Amino acid sequence: MEKTGRRLRRAFVTREDCVACGCCVKVCPLGAIAVVKGIAAQVDGERCVGCGKCARECPGTVIEIREVPA
Amino acid sequence: MKKHWYDYLWVLSLTYLILGFFNILFAWLGLLCFFIPLLIAIIGGNKGYCNRYCGRGQLFSLVGGRFGLSRRKDVPRWLKSKGFRYGFLIFFFLMFFQMLWTTYLVFSGAQDLRQVVTLVWTFRLPWQWAYSGGVTPWVAQFAFGFYSVMLTSTVLGFVTMLLFKPRSWCVYCPMGTMTQLICKARHRGS
Repeated sequence: MEKTGRRLRRAFVTREDCVACGCCVKVCPLGAIAVVKGIAAQVDGERCVGCGKCARECPGTVIEIREVPA
Repeated sequence: MKKHWYDYLWVLSLTYLILGFFNILFAWLGLLCFFIPLLIAIIGGNKGYCNRYCGRGQLFSLVGGRFGLSRRKDVPRWLKSKGFRYGFLIFFFLMFFQMLWTTYLVFSGAQDLRQVVTLVWTFRLPWQWAYSGGVTPWVAQFAFGFYSVMLTSTVLGFVTMLLFKPRSWCVYCPMGTMTQLICKARHRGS
């Protein structure tokens, strides 16, 4: 198969700065982010489409949207 | 997105704040906001209270987000640093214990009941209209002290809601910091 070089977008959480408030969980339309064990948010890379809603909502601005290889 | 019953708990938070203007003894109900998150963190090992049931956070989301009163700017780096968060938690606890000490002084008779609400640990606001007697003085003193804590944290949260993102309070909320520490301790090594 020919490589197209297409890139996808994904949310990434800086876990050490996350306060685990869960604001991101509430706004994710795909249920792709969860607060694990009350410590930090974790993104499900299979579900996340990088829409950026969680990043906009995060009060600590610890989520960023990055491009990743498809 | 589907709404759940717990998405309306902001009504209780707002009602709590309003009730404190009419009868200060309702302030005792605020203890629920202390014990429920702690119990969920200690027993359940998660931050379910912050994630779902925090009415105050919902109130900030509503006023700052839907009503658009927040500037939606990033919080400054120092505000979300561990040093500030843990420092604020310690400071908050010291003030809380000072409030308990004042309650004890009234209980022991060493001090008279002071019908004031202290805002931001500094400004003493006369609040005598919200108390008409009927309970032992220390019960009322605790109510005044506890309502001071709740009103102060709401005011701080409201200011940071205006300046930064709607739920900026969550970044330095002492209960949030404490329950996260409990969860970290509970899941250490796993």
